[in-house]
Amino acid sequence: MVYNAGHFDVIVIGAGHAGVEAANAAVKRGAKTLMLTLNLDMIAFMPCNPSIGGPAKGVVVREIDALGGLMGKVIDKTYIQMRMLNTGKGPAVRALRAQADKPLYIQEMKYQLEKLENLTIRQAMVERLIVEDGVCKGVLTETNAAYYAKSVIITTGTFMRGSVIIGDLSYQSGPNNQRPSVKLSEHLEELGFELVRFKTGTPPRVNANTIDYSKTEIQPGDDKPSHFSYETTEAIVDQIPCWLTYTNEKTHQIIDDNLALSAMYSGMIKGTGPRYCPSIEDKVVRFHDKPRHQIFLEPEGRNTEEVYVQGFSTSLPEAVQHEMLRSIEGLEKAEIMRSGYAIEYDSVVPTQLWPTLEVKNIPGLFTAGQINGTSGYEEAAGQGLMAGINAAARALEIESLILDRSQAYIGVLIDDLVTKGTNEPYRLLTSRAEYRLLLRHDNADIRLTEKAYQLGLISDERYQVFQGKVALIEQEKKRLAKQTIKPSSEIDQLLNEAGGTALKEPIKALDLLKRPEVSYQLIKRLVPADDTLPEEVEEQVEIQVKYQGYIDKSNQQVDRMKKMENKVIPENIDYDAISGLATEAKQKLKKVCPLSVGQASRISGVNPADVSILLVYIEQGQIAKRTSEVEHQA
Amino acid sequence: MDLDTIAAISTPIGEGAIAIVRLSGDQAINIVNQMFKGKDLMTVDSHTLHYGKIIDPDSKTMIEEVMVSVMRAPKTFTRENVVEINCHGGLASVNRLLEMSLQLGARLAEPGEFTKRAFLNGRIDLSQAEAVMDLIRAKTDKAMGVAVKQLDGKLSKLIKRLRQELIETVAHVEVNIDYPEYDDVEEMTKNIMLEKTMLVYQEIERLLAMARQGKILREGISTAIIGRPNVGKSSLMNALVQENKAIVTDIPGTTRDVIEEYVNVRGVPLRLVDTAGIRDTEDIVEKIGVERSRQVLKEADLVLLVLNFNESLTEQDRQLFELVKDLDVIILVNKTDLPNKIDLNEVAGLAKDHAIVNMSLIEEQGIDQLEEAIARLFFAGQIESDDLSYVSNVRHIQLLKQALATLDDAMSAINADMPIDLIQIDVTRTWELLGEIVGDTVQDSLIDQLFSQFCLGK
Repeated sequence: MVYNAGHFDVIVIGAGHAGVEAANAAVKRGAKTLMLTLNLDMIAFMPCNPSIGGPAKGVVVREIDALGGLMGKVIDKTYIQMRMLNTGKGPAVRALRAQADKPLYIQEMKYQLEKLENLTIRQAMVERLIVEDGVCKGVLTETNAAYYAKSVIITTGTFMRGSVIIGDLSYQSGPNNQRPSVKLSEHLEELGFELVRFKTGTPPRVNANTIDYSKTEIQPGDDKPSHFSYETTEAIVDQIPCWLTYTNEKTHQIIDDNLALSAMYSGMIKGTGPRYCPSIEDKVVRFHDKPRHQIFLEPEGRNTEEVYVQGFSTSLPEAVQHEMLRSIEGLEKAEIMRSGYAIEYDSVVPTQLWPTLEVKNIPGLFTAGQINGTSGYEEAAGQGLMAGINAAARALEIESLILDRSQAYIGVLIDDLVTKGTNEPYRLLTSRAEYRLLLRHDNADIRLTEKAYQLGLISDERYQVFQGKVALIEQEKKRLAKQTIKPSSEIDQLLNEAGGTALKEPIKALDLLKRPEVSYQLIKRLVPADDTLPEEVEEQVEIQVKYQGYIDKSNQQVDRMKKMENKVIPENIDYDAISGLATEAKQKLKKVCPLSVGQASRISGVNPADVSILLVYIEQGQIAKRTSEVEHQA
Repeated sequence: MDLDTIAAISTPIGEGAIAIVRLSGDQAINIVNQMFKGKDLMTVDSHTLHYGKIIDPDSKTMIEEVMVSVMRAPKTFTRENVVEINCHGGLASVNRLLEMSLQLGARLAEPGEFTKRAFLNGRIDLSQAEAVMDLIRAKTDKAMGVAVKQLDGKLSKLIKRLRQELIETVAHVEVNIDYPEYDDVEEMTKNIMLEKTMLVYQEIERLLAMARQGKILREGISTAIIGRPNVGKSSLMNALVQENKAIVTDIPGTTRDVIEEYVNVRGVPLRLVDTAGIRDTEDIVEKIGVERSRQVLKEADLVLLVLNFNESLTEQDRQLFELVKDLDVIILVNKTDLPNKIDLNEVAGLAKDHAIVNMSLIEEQGIDQLEEAIARLFFAGQIESDDLSYVSNVRHIQLLKQALATLDDAMSAINADMPIDLIQIDVTRTWELLGEIVGDTVQDSLIDQLFSQFCLGK
């Protein structure tokens, strides 16, 4: 018997990295929210590597934090190691990465959510959506509970018709032997969803006591750890190192000999796997002349001996996994605690979504995370956050939020997904962002705080702190623009030491800072500030001044893009009625339903002539409208 | 409407006494003003016509005398600022004006773009909308077809090779960024980057040099006939024209007395230029001075220096030799029907490596030898006819020039020790620009390159 289990503004199905951010964001916006999960002990579980962040992904975590999300805060409380990557390169690509304490992360995330007043958390398996007149009205669980809401977000990750494969063994399962979500997937097909089959994989975990670390290289964290959240003030002192070892010819021989047994090569797996996350057998086959591959040994937490063997993802039979591992230096006696496996799952073709992540054909329904064809915790969390913001917006009839490609990596991610789709699990890379110099780790707050405050995602207090920071940055830049540095032997010597040339004539401090070899620290010695400035203010001043030329260039590009982005395509446009559009362009445009001419121009198969025609057609409509308005007035 | 400024030649090319370069957009007046010597166009009234000279902003030399009409928004065809430069119909000068406009910040208009702007700015009424769309479709498709056809197989192969060089470099940098801990991927250093960009830079420079040569063949080798009075310059010109039946035009200009004679000498198109002096058979050196001759000669691809067999060498002759010593010159010793008074040994000494042809225009002797010398100079020498079809399209040339500029930015950033991921922005831009030439701008190919070139992933 179906019973009415309650009414909500927003229901979130799933409590992975997308689900938790969705629930949190919806609550922050004032929505009465329900979060349903298969297993309450697996909230924000990391089924793959125990790390968060890295290039592009780390910036997403910062963006999530700037928008009031949880990921940054929780990892800052639970990391075992923190490293800033790419420190030798430019500011645009600096990237923070944390090694996570997996069990602690789950615990902390669960606790953060439990504290939210307007959030109900319940363990349940959702089997169907309640769809009336084409509009999503709620969900139905396997225990016959019917929950009603104005917005529903599906964040079921890799659970939909999940299937785990190890060698020739295959069984229906979610990640880590959890229950798969079979009926929901079938139901989505009934509702007319286009689904695709993707594949990903994970390496074996071994017991730390059986590893000989003396044969490996230590990979320590930073002496002075940085943090993801703008709110974090305290660092974790006792960091735990990771370790580096390598495969060798013997390992590769074992793989070669057993390739026929690999699920990937025996034809058992039909799903498309990500190129950036290949299995070890894939690497050996595709790059056969490489004598060795790196293997990182990453502890899964402080209070566990389980170690994640990064770089060793495999779907070979368990016996072969043992043999392969033990051919590696330091792992000769390694005991596997969990075997590596491949997992296949259904995902939603993301061009079926609006940029708000609402499903085009089913108003009120949103999807976010790995279900949309992405891969990675951060990509999932970023989408979850946006779906939460927009699902609440729909339910409460308040402002929604779409980030564009110049505002955030999250904007790049979602625009790519809903505009181009993806034919493999999608991972963010810095090279996907055209304006990456604008999308830096350091300036996520400057990019997004204003918006976050406007939407009610962050507190007044935090907003004030932010405003203080911005004021200090501007003040310092003004000061440097006024201060003149005159040539002197002392200054020449300092410049000389920094590897630069002597001053010929007096120069403004701001201009001197533009020299590549001159750091803000040096400027500070030459023209000391009245008060000591916070480090992050100094950093901003340095980056903004030093790279101004490139930043200006990027901003010009953004301005050009925005012109097209601001040309809105009318909702009721009939592409078939536009003479001159190529047939392929018509089909693609009808499928993607771009919101702007800019978005339309990024669809593959829509060429410049089509874009011109579209522009003319839209303008024609505008003129018609203006004309009729004039006539009306007359 | 806020759009960039576009420019194009808006008269049919090569047909007609006058050609018009039209610019439309915010910056139209400003751009033309920067190369215009005459009234300050920024302050003139709208819908007025002005006489003046076009000056090359780099070399400060005079290019052409023109009439410029200035029409301010919104009462123009496109409802934007419009400037039209009226110049002589010759291909060379009109192309030059267009190129200079582009250099100063205008963008080459796409096919039908003036009409499109007129429409977008509400200039054309609704009933014409469909026609405009058909026009865009047709013109764009045609232009694409033409562009593809113009793309010589060799050129497209070369561009693709250069792009491959660049994308490998870029992918390498990207890998270093996205996978900082992968030690089996060698770190891309600025030295390697500089090496690669230099290589591509040189190739593009070579292409542009060939483009200039290709242009010579399409538009004619501008040929100057020089020599003292009465050595037979006009007879030579007439002989060349008659012999080869002047192909095209005799275009007396409206503001300046210029004649361009096109003749085709054994497949080499010659454009006999600055003929004012020649036609009058007056002494070009005396009339306009050595400086001016230098000017004329600077623009010439070929110089025919005529001497008199019947007179001894004069100081002026020697001066002329000095003037042309670095140019492609053929020495003609005319009037061999008269007694020899010239010191042929001295002529040979002064001529150095240049060809010498003895001729008698009155007896119609030596023309064949001259034609042979011309053909030899241009077909056996530095121009390989095979390369001539290389780059001919103005759009391609413009893109190559932009590519050169972005590479230049990249190289100066390397020298300024900027971080490699910033340098890479300009390298990627170069790759995109070259992609526009071969019609391939899919951004995803970078990601494909990344994963096929390197072994990545956890």
